[in-house]
Amino acid sequence: MEQVIKISELDRNFKYQILKEPGGEGLLKCFACGTCTASCPVREVDEKFNPRKIIRMAILGMKKEVLENEFIWLCAGCYICQERCPQDVRITDLMGALRNIAVKEGFIHPSFVAQIDFLHKFGRLYEVTEFDNKKRVKNGLPEIKHMPEEIQKIFEETGVAKFVEGEQ
Amino acid sequence: MKYALFLGCTIPVRAQNYELAARKVAKKLGIEFVDVPEFSCCGFPVKSVSHEAYLLISARNLAIAEEKGLNIATLCNACTVTLVEANEELKKDPELRQKINEKLRKIGKEYRGTAEVRHFARILYEDYGIDKLKEHIVRPLEGLNIAVHYGCHFLRPSEVYQEFDDPENPKSLDELVNITGAKSIWYKERDKCCGGGILGIKEEDALKMTKDKLDNIKEVEADAMISICPFCSVMYEGSQKKIEKMFETEYNIPVIYYPQLLGLAMGFEPEELGYKMNRIKAKRMLEKVTGIGTA
Repeated sequence: MEQVIKISELDRNFKYQILKEPGGEGLLKCFACGTCTASCPVREVDEKFNPRKIIRMAILGMKKEVLENEFIWLCAGCYICQERCPQDVRITDLMGALRNIAVKEGFIHPSFVAQIDFLHKFGRLYEVTEFDNKKRVKNGLPEIKHMPEEIQKIFEETGVAKFVEGEQ
Repeated sequence: MKYALFLGCTIPVRAQNYELAARKVAKKLGIEFVDVPEFSCCGFPVKSVSHEAYLLISARNLAIAEEKGLNIATLCNACTVTLVEANEELKKDPELRQKINEKLRKIGKEYRGTAEVRHFARILYEDYGIDKLKEHIVRPLEGLNIAVHYGCHFLRPSEVYQEFDDPENPKSLDELVNITGAKSIWYKERDKCCGGGILGIKEEDALKMTKDKLDNIKEVEADAMISICPFCSVMYEGSQKKIEKMFETEYNIPVIYYPQLLGLAMGFEPEELGYKMNRIKAKRMLEKVTGIGTA
């Protein structure tokens, strides 16, 4: 991939924005050793996901390229890089910070919109249908009732409610 | 021993066999599970969207357990890591705790940091103890070769788990399997991620990750794979047929939840442990175990 990075298009404040985000505090400790990328199980199946490169891009200030890219959603969250990073960059947490920033800047992955919708409706990721509860009772397991009210309040308090369908 | 049982989202609808077996086994061991209808999702999916909302959802669940004076037992690795991480973050940052509590107050809750969260497998391994567990083995599962899958969040990040097991070379689940009389066997890249975390983002990548491990397990001819996480099982069991089709291969590897295996060794019959709900039938594996009624 040929790509010319234009300094004039870089956002120098991006790294400070990341440092302030929970999980992003270790960004500047990275010395680009690549242990993360070498350890990453996602990288093994998909070249698009390269944590070392994402970190370099973030430090350089390639804000748009980072936040708009699918790759920030490709971290499986397995923590192997975080476990092995010699600089304590806390890469898995950093990926979470990048996602949180992306969401604030208007880029949310549709799969998370769907999950938020379910949580808002049911307080859980899956609806426990009448059929499920019948099966549960048959198996000697207690019925489960949906209690989404307090989750809905948390979503309102934190601005997450705006991603719920029909709430915009 | 008494715990608030945290079921999470996936288990009550997609892994009732796991829930059933865990409850049966716990009861026989004298471990009491208290059901808490107010528990919601642990907060895991929200972590990628809003760190604050994730902390609030986790703290709310923790606060509910605190009110009852109970520690939490989890069955899902993702629920475990989510609740444990939130608990650690809030415990060590009083300022953050205050901020979170200001918002929790609006739903009548307060987080104090008095409840601990542990995965049921870790409870068995550490709190109940391997030696005591051994005393309950009445039907040793000799001759069974088992491929264990720990799942990332059972071990990592190790700092929030007091490094109870080695995150690079774990042994707890192997030992838990070995005391049943079955044998935990090694396979290539055993401690790798199932891919579940990106199933909803890029299915193709996620299934490739799952496939790699199924290939490695097939190679060592394991009788079954052992899981302690419903989402890992969604990948290895729920997606197994799809992967077979996609990659034109065949596995037929049963994916059993650990309490289902332990339960067998403790003398329960397969139907009591929900084996009928396993999608990849464990018929061949069960036939190898002597003394199982042919019901």
